[in-house]
Amino acid sequence: MSIKADYLGMPLSIDELDGENLTYFKFCAEHNFHLQLCESCNLLRYPPTTACPWCMRAAAKWVPVEGRGAVHAYTEVQHAIQPAFKAFTPYLVLLVDLDTQKGRPSAQEALRIVGNLTTAAGKLAPRDMVERVGIGTRVRMVFSDVAPGLALPQWTIDENAEQPKPWRYAQT
Amino acid sequence: MPLPTEMDTSSPKHLRDKYAIIGVGETSYTRGSGMTTRALGSWAVRNAIEDAGLRPADVDGMLSYQSGDSTFAPFIAGDLGIRLNFYMDVFGGGSSTEALIGMAMGVIEAGMCKTVVLFRAMNGFSQVRIGGTGARSAVPVSGDMLHSRAYGWQSAGQLFSFTFLRHMYDFGTTPAQVAAVRATHSAHASNNPKAYYKERVSVEDVLASRIICKPLHLLDCCVETDNATAIIVTSAARARDGRHPRALIRGVAGRVCKPRIDMHYQHGPISTVAGKYAREILWPNAGVAPEDVDVTGSYDAFTFTTMLQLEDYGFCKKGEGGQYVSDGTIRLGGRRPNNTSGGHLCEGYTHGMNMVIENVRQLRHDTDDSCPRGADGRRQHSYDYREGGCRQVKDCEVTANLGWAMPGTGSAMVMRRD
Repeated sequence: MSIKADYLGMPLSIDELDGENLTYFKFCAEHNFHLQLCESCNLLRYPPTTACPWCMRAAAKWVPVEGRGAVHAYTEVQHAIQPAFKAFTPYLVLLVDLDTQKGRPSAQEALRIVGNLTTAAGKLAPRDMVERVGIGTRVRMVFSDVAPGLALPQWTIDENAEQPKPWRYAQT
Repeated sequence: MPLPTEMDTSSPKHLRDKYAIIGVGETSYTRGSGMTTRALGSWAVRNAIEDAGLRPADVDGMLSYQSGDSTFAPFIAGDLGIRLNFYMDVFGGGSSTEALIGMAMGVIEAGMCKTVVLFRAMNGFSQVRIGGTGARSAVPVSGDMLHSRAYGWQSAGQLFSFTFLRHMYDFGTTPAQVAAVRATHSAHASNNPKAYYKERVSVEDVLASRIICKPLHLLDCCVETDNATAIIVTSAARARDGRHPRALIRGVAGRVCKPRIDMHYQHGPISTVAGKYAREILWPNAGVAPEDVDVTGSYDAFTFTTMLQLEDYGFCKKGEGGQYVSDGTIRLGGRRPNNTSGGHLCEGYTHGMNMVIENVRQLRHDTDDSCPRGADGRRQHSYDYREGGCRQVKDCEVTANLGWAMPGTGSAMVMRRD
């Protein structure tokens, strides 16, 4: 079954043939993050793909993955171009290194998951929260519920983690 | 400058110097062309054919690139009375120019046609805004795009900023260093009568402009314009009869990618761009090294893209790009000027082709600045680079173009004067 939904006034859809994305977002809708694990080389991959980027085998199984990591890079958008986001500036787009599989299969690789900085309830973060986050900030995964079978994985500050001093772009 | 011959190089390439660019043309650079991309395209291609001193019947191949925002080759060929033996319209934006020049060499080498014109026609301001507002942001978000656009991560600036910011984090690159790219290119544009933005701006002006998405200020971003550009490629032998000195193609690298190009940030260091891989093809193919290059055309969709590519192609050490673009090297009058037309930041946005056109003119020693023409019809260059003056680089012999699609994909080309 295909999915058509609305998120912040923006039309989102997944085609019925797109099994990889349907499965990925179904687990997100259950707030239970899963990634594909290659049955040949046992490496996880992100985002969903139709074969393993390291051994090209197609066979994979969906396994639960802990949604914790640290911010590898970010951008703080002050001038939104999509109408859906204009009401939420400044908003952060984060590139997060998952703790799981970091540095594998080579030192420069990691499962780098994209998401916004949100509240624990999955709402785009207010300015005071945006201003606390930079490279190095420890974050945990939360979800923005969109529709049955579709939630977006997001990131919020991991309040239980020991936080390094984040690196932030100096100019406000 | 004496160039290495086949014997001097470890990687002999039999196509080196065998093909040439013999014609270049463009429309004016405007915001609000008031015409279709078809009309823009036929205007630019006609100018290139006339620049080369050819007739339409001399051209039998056509290539174009676009992103669902332009006309197709058959319409341009039809308008200009060109009967084609080969054409192809390719999907893509930045990095396409150099890659398509390589494809033109390949199809001529294969005997499929003799002379190829490539064009890019776009209303990048008045129809499909290249910055992503309007038509592009109205497209529904589906499938694989749910991992990007659903997060308000869509425009080129938003998508590339992880690389830009991480370079600052990894190497201490400062906003003022990269802002020097805009200041420099604006100084070049002030000597280019056809540039859209001809006013000189300072590093302080860039830093005082509003933030779009960190670390990009408004003036770190290129201009959106309506225009078309065209280039004609043929064999060096056929090019002997041309109107201008030939711009001989030394070597090309086309759409070279980092690993995991579906989501290249999976593979670090993310502050490294595709030039790291492309340089291993470009320099051996061309038989020259960065120190042999007189003028660069490093794609300036953003100030950062110029800096990152110059660094990863080896014009300076890794991590020293900020220093390289801010120490005067890339200015007219400096050791190796970059984007002497003003580039995408100032002249106009064409997805890379105007930077190749500029370097062809540099190699002809005939940049279209305000210097007076002599009896032979060519400009008598003063090499006085003050505002409103000359922009010809003295004794320009070798140029390099570094095209950018995104941090993970790039193309490049080296040309030399005949």
